[in-house]
Amino acid sequence: MPAKTPAVGSATFPGATPVPARRTTPLDDVGGGTGVGRGGHRPVTSAPVDSPAIVTEGIARQFDDYWAVDGVDLSIAAGEIYGFLGPNGAGKSTLVRMLCTLLRPSRGRGFVAGHDVAREPELVRLQIGVALQDAALDDRQTGRELLDLQARLYGLRRDVRLARVAQVLTLVDIGSAIDRQINTYSGGMKRRLDLAAALIHDPQILFLDEPTTGLDPESRAAVWTEVRALQRQRGTTIFLTTQYLEEADELADRVGIISRGHLVAEGTPDALKRTVGTDVIVAKVGELPNGALEALRSLAGVEDVVCRDDELMVHAGDGAAAMSPVALALHASGTTVKSLTLRTPTLDDVFLQLTGSHLQADEANTANSHDPSDPPPPVMASRQAAPAGTPSVPGGLA
Amino acid sequence: MTNLAAVPPVPDTPPAPRVQARPAGFLVDLYSVAQRAVRQIPREPASVIPALIVPIFFYVLNIGALSKVTGAAAHIDFKSFELPVAVVFAVTGVSRASSLVTDIQNGYFDRLTITPVRRLPLLLGLMMADLALVMALAVPVLLVGLALGVHFATGIPGMILFVVLSGIWGLVFTGLPYAIALKTGNPGAVNASFVLFFPITFLSTTFVPKAALEGWLRTVATYNPMTYILAGLRALVSEPWSFPTVTAVGDAILAVGAFGLVSISLALLALRGRVRRP
Repeated sequence: MPAKTPAVGSATFPGATPVPARRTTPLDDVGGGTGVGRGGHRPVTSAPVDSPAIVTEGIARQFDDYWAVDGVDLSIAAGEIYGFLGPNGAGKSTLVRMLCTLLRPSRGRGFVAGHDVAREPELVRLQIGVALQDAALDDRQTGRELLDLQARLYGLRRDVRLARVAQVLTLVDIGSAIDRQINTYSGGMKRRLDLAAALIHDPQILFLDEPTTGLDPESRAAVWTEVRALQRQRGTTIFLTTQYLEEADELADRVGIISRGHLVAEGTPDALKRTVGTDVIVAKVGELPNGALEALRSLAGVEDVVCRDDELMVHAGDGAAAMSPVALALHASGTTVKSLTLRTPTLDDVFLQLTGSHLQADEANTANSHDPSDPPPPVMASRQAAPAGTPSVPGGLA
Repeated sequence: MTNLAAVPPVPDTPPAPRVQARPAGFLVDLYSVAQRAVRQIPREPASVIPALIVPIFFYVLNIGALSKVTGAAAHIDFKSFELPVAVVFAVTGVSRASSLVTDIQNGYFDRLTITPVRRLPLLLGLMMADLALVMALAVPVLLVGLALGVHFATGIPGMILFVVLSGIWGLVFTGLPYAIALKTGNPGAVNASFVLFFPITFLSTTFVPKAALEGWLRTVATYNPMTYILAGLRALVSEPWSFPTVTAVGDAILAVGAFGLVSISLALLALRGRVRRP
């Protein structure tokens, strides 16, 4: 298979990470036609493989006396899906708004497609597509009118506009509703139209700020599929912020974890989870009798026991082997056990280890009951069949 | 479980050209923004219909209630005297400022500013749509006046100038709500800007000629640009083409220009503040 890399600007940044090879597909025919001219097409050209799509150097943003983003260094390769994970208020959206030229950094620098976001915002804007946290649409236009206006503002010729609208509609699947006014759309349709608007000019780099927040499971799955397709079929670099663990786990090639404006960890989801290292037995318990913790810690194979509210987290190298002894020890100590679950480490465990708090307590604890389409944390029943580091799969043991 | 298996296989094909995005140019930006704004107008009839009905209602009411008294006292044809007031009522304060605030609040304005669009057309495009709308609103009011027996002494050219001058007045007045919309992003503040309409339109020669005004009201009316705008419009209705008519129209144009200099400057300053990255 021929490997190509999209042009992402002329700059080559020191310390840049290797650029993944770009694959080509039928959707590369988007827009059709050839030749470079006003609002036409540009050929896909090779770029230096060490040219990252996004680079930040100590980028920071202050609001009054509060630093929403405080010295973040990033280097994101072209064609990569980068998941930016953090709780509400961690600084995710502020970073996105700086990188897409809506906010000026208070300190540090940011480069997108090789252009300085502070000094060359006009050049940055030509290369990026942005879907902000809330679908930013005009309810009084039809979907088609909105997309056509968007395409006009990017200087696309009429024939290219028509082709691009048709093409992005196949990608985001809005159907005949495209000719209805947007105020008749569901939340999921609005989000998909927002994504289509961000894609209308075939951007090399796509910023998605919490693209699935508030969506129903079906719409969330559709957005995930679209994001995957964009990367695979167009080689688009995707910077994705999310507060959903499974979203980062499923979609991102690499994940950055942000807490209180600081990047506290970065790596592939599997690598991050390996930093936690052990299986986790989670016990929901009633009142904890004296000596129960000590009894658990003394068990063979148990590496650590963390008690948090009504939750005991028993870290064990081989969780399956430790399960029975843990259950027996709890029973022997007189502890009332409401549930007992074995799972592999999650990104929430990584976040917990790094910051001392859960990323998203509600979601982490109730993934099954709230969102049946989301992969819940892995458990023993299915884990046995999966190789180490395999992303979450459904199942349960209580 | 979430199905992520819908991605089609990747065939072995050569890369195709990507779309070439580029700045569209000032005129395309202006046309695109204006077209969107014009398209919204019939989709929001509630914001247009009152602007048409209210001035016609008050025009007919005022003629019925005050025509004999004021007309006889001031020796004027009150129907002709009040027609410019009705048109000014129709065209003043009609703008897309509320829609602009909605765009700001729901993030669509941000979406537009992330594109390569030039910043000035984001405002001027709306104003172009406003100009088209207010001129369209002036015409039915004018037709009501004609139906009630108003005769244009300056003929068809005067009638056209009457509509154009009214429309440009309506346009420059929109500078105030746009300035407030862009500065505050607050729908309440934009709605409150309508109170500016009252002193500007009523502390003037709205119901009686300037000679009939006395005291502080006469002083205020002397410095109110509306006085000269109404005088110019009335001259187009009641006076045949002559030097005094042209002078009155010239004064009206100067008054509109002076007001516009202030209001449009305020709007442009507010636009600059809004699009300047904080």
